[in-house]
Amino acid sequence: MTPPLLQALRLTKSFPGVRALKGVSLTLHPGEVLSVIGENGAGKSTLMKILAGVQTPDSGEIRLDGQPIELRSVHDAQKYGIALIHQELNLADNLEVAANIFLGREHLRWGLIDTQRLYREAETFLTAVGLEVHPATRVSELSLGQQQLVEIAKALSVQARVLIMDEPTSSLSSSEAATLFRVIRDLRSRGVSLVYISHRLGEVKELSDRVTVLRDGENAGDLERAEIHHAAMVRLMVGRDLSQFYAHEPHPPGAPVLQVRDLRTPANPRHPVSFEVRAGEIVGMAGLIGAGRTEVLEALFGVTPAVSGSIRLGGTDVRPESPEDAIAAGMALVPEDRKHQGVILEMAVRTNLSLASLRQDQQHGFLNRTREASLSEEMIRSLRIKTPSENQPVQFLSGGNQQKVVLGKWLALRPKVLLLDEPTRGIDVGAKHEIYRLMEELSRAGVAILFVSSELEEILGLSDRVLVLHEGRLTGELARADLSEEAVLHLATDTLPPDPVPASPAP
Amino acid sequence: MKKILGITTLLFVVCVLTSLASDSFLSAYNLENLVRRTALFGIISIGVAFVIVTGGIDLSIGSVVCLVGCGLPWLLTTQGWSVPAALLAVTALSLSIGLFHGLLITKLKLPPFVVTLCGLLLYRGIARGFTRDQTVGFGSDFKGLRTLATGEIPLPFLGGFSLPAPWIFLLVVAVLAAVFLNRTIYGRYLLALGRNEEAARYSGINTDRMVILAYVISSGLAGLGGILFVLDVNSAQPVDFGNFYELYAIAAAVLGGCSLRGGEGTIVGVIVGAALMQVLRNMITLVTTHNNIEFAIIGAVILAGVIADELVKRYAIRRRAARALAAEG
Ligand SMILES: Nc1ncnc2c1ncn2[C@@H]1O[C@H](COP(=O)(O)OP(=O)(O)OP(=O)(O)O)[C@@H](O)[C@H]1O
Ligand SMILES: [Mg+2]
Repeated sequence: MTPPLLQALRLTKSFPGVRALKGVSLTLHPGEVLSVIGENGAGKSTLMKILAGVQTPDSGEIRLDGQPIELRSVHDAQKYGIALIHQELNLADNLEVAANIFLGREHLRWGLIDTQRLYREAETFLTAVGLEVHPATRVSELSLGQQQLVEIAKALSVQARVLIMDEPTSSLSSSEAATLFRVIRDLRSRGVSLVYISHRLGEVKELSDRVTVLRDGENAGDLERAEIHHAAMVRLMVGRDLSQFYAHEPHPPGAPVLQVRDLRTPANPRHPVSFEVRAGEIVGMAGLIGAGRTEVLEALFGVTPAVSGSIRLGGTDVRPESPEDAIAAGMALVPEDRKHQGVILEMAVRTNLSLASLRQDQQHGFLNRTREASLSEEMIRSLRIKTPSENQPVQFLSGGNQQKVVLGKWLALRPKVLLLDEPTRGIDVGAKHEIYRLMEELSRAGVAILFVSSELEEILGLSDRVLVLHEGRLTGELARADLSEEAVLHLATDTLPPDPVPASPAP
Repeated sequence: MKKILGITTLLFVVCVLTSLASDSFLSAYNLENLVRRTALFGIISIGVAFVIVTGGIDLSIGSVVCLVGCGLPWLLTTQGWSVPAALLAVTALSLSIGLFHGLLITKLKLPPFVVTLCGLLLYRGIARGFTRDQTVGFGSDFKGLRTLATGEIPLPFLGGFSLPAPWIFLLVVAVLAAVFLNRTIYGRYLLALGRNEEAARYSGINTDRMVILAYVISSGLAGLGGILFVLDVNSAQPVDFGNFYELYAIAAAVLGGCSLRGGEGTIVGVIVGAALMQVLRNMITLVTTHNNIEFAIIGAVILAGVIADELVKRYAIRRRAARALAAEG
């Protein structure tokens, strides 16, 4: 039998106050897709960073084709043909797409960058990942999902034998994810081995030849192709059973809390949207990436104020010109981009959790430290945030736990209207259920919830009603009784009669 | 805390070395002068610390010191204004300079470096203009007013040693600043936006208002510094009054633990940093025969301090990791 392509043996790694890996092993065969799953903080990203030379293990061995190798830097790993797509985006967003793809490996011509060739080759990789933008586009102009695709194109361009993807779909919509799966299958058929990390077990089941499960920095077990079922994966990850779908129990909603009339966002000024959310109602907002869902939430929250239209909150007109206004009116927004908008990475868990509610809890301008401490303790406990202490800087938490910190920060405000943009991005199954339960609880308490999600399961499972957007236009509204995957996808990809809205003259 | 300890040790070492190298260092006259200068520079350093905490920079401090330092005697002597009117005018002027900077930086999104660099050129130019580049001073008048800077408060039990009056100002400013930064929600807002302005704004913080406030504080304290400096030395020459003071202030803040990346800083650290800067300058004048290497030495010491700090930080991280490993395994 040929030796495994890549093997990790008894790797350990510690950080201050945390033992992230306590002797983890992993085996990757040629031409297979191996999924690595586990709860938030189980050590998946740490293991991958070690395999890609980003971090060095404290002990343990790595073998390639049966030979022990040392990976001291990313450069070493690339030399051996190992490439990693990080969980957090790592693009220079002031540079062009092509420049990012070939960063550090630019083609030269007479000592200068050969831009034409760069564009040409970038184009082929962009086509491969199904991203239709010009290679000269600046990365900062792309949406988060598109940026993720650029990362993947970049990894493809290294011509890796082993390609590691750490939660590549967490910011992709289902159709973009489908493109990615095509790319993955195509790579596998060409003999590339892939390591795939995701909290979306449906994807894992669909893609993987084998699954390795980590729990608390140790191997919890492996599953062969035939054994890969939702229940089996969850049992190994969590150590107990969890039902596959979250069954939301609708309860009669109250009076309309949030009423939006003819809201025009700066991004899509030609398509006014109108809708309402009642007290105790959970409304899902579906659509492809770029459909304008985030823009609607950001207009409601005053991040990029609406061009026109009216927003009524509990019967009074509000015109949020800033998040400050929106919060004062009783809204909260769990934003899409955790790293930039959600947390302050260098600050402690406690400081992040209290940041939005400092004003509410102030004592004549002074910090209420007792309240701050009890609040962070309460949130860490109820959201099960995995952290050595409340003083740990958020940057040292695993991605999913960072997301829980963002949620906690906004729950602490006790808003009347809760807006959530991809709230379970990067969160493990157990924690997802907790967040769904929390949303359910809040809605029972009368909070009006509007959430955006690219996970159809989530939209279907949680929503009392679903709004579907396509290219900035509200293409439909589905009541719970009419909800189905087909109905949502149909509206989201729009095969509809032409624009019902009299278009205002284009600028 | 560790940072303050480090720089305090450095201050102590430099003091000991200087006193060994020069007999006049420990003379009452020299020490008193040193302590007084420390207070004056401490005040302007605290000001710039607020701006540095937001991730910005204020290069105009020296010129604001010049503008106010020349403006006060000019108003009082040449223009014959009353003392309260003149003080009010220069204070209002320095605060509005800060407001002006803050508005340009937040509303027009101009880079702080550019805005305050232009301020540096502008305000000194204005001062040289209205004084016609002539020295302005109090002569032998305004003795009462000048005690604000030259006065001394005798300390009991300390054998005739007395506290220079500017220390009263410094202590009041420092206590207010420390309470503001560490105990109020606005201080927390400043630290948060210094690290990640976008996340701070998403959290409902009016970041523009906080940034403007920081520049107002910086210019305001530069103004207070300017008043005290000119009262202390009795006259001001517009060409070089307050020259390079912004750099002393920034260096003190950085030595005292403010990160130029924003979001970090303590007031006590800044005061110790200011003291260190003054002792260094003092050492150079006392020990060497040529003052012209002053900047070289100051630059070298600051660089060494920053490098040492970074190395210690890395070492501490590695130690912590090793300890965690030992504790568990
Ligand atoms: N640089 C670091 N410093 C300190 N602790 C760290 C660091 N990196 C990771 N950790 C800790 O190590 C543990 C494992 O983290 P890791 O990122 O590998 O988890 P993960 O399985 O990828 O989780 P997620 O699904 O949330 O992304 C976590 O407890 C995390 O807080
Ligand atoms: Mg991870």
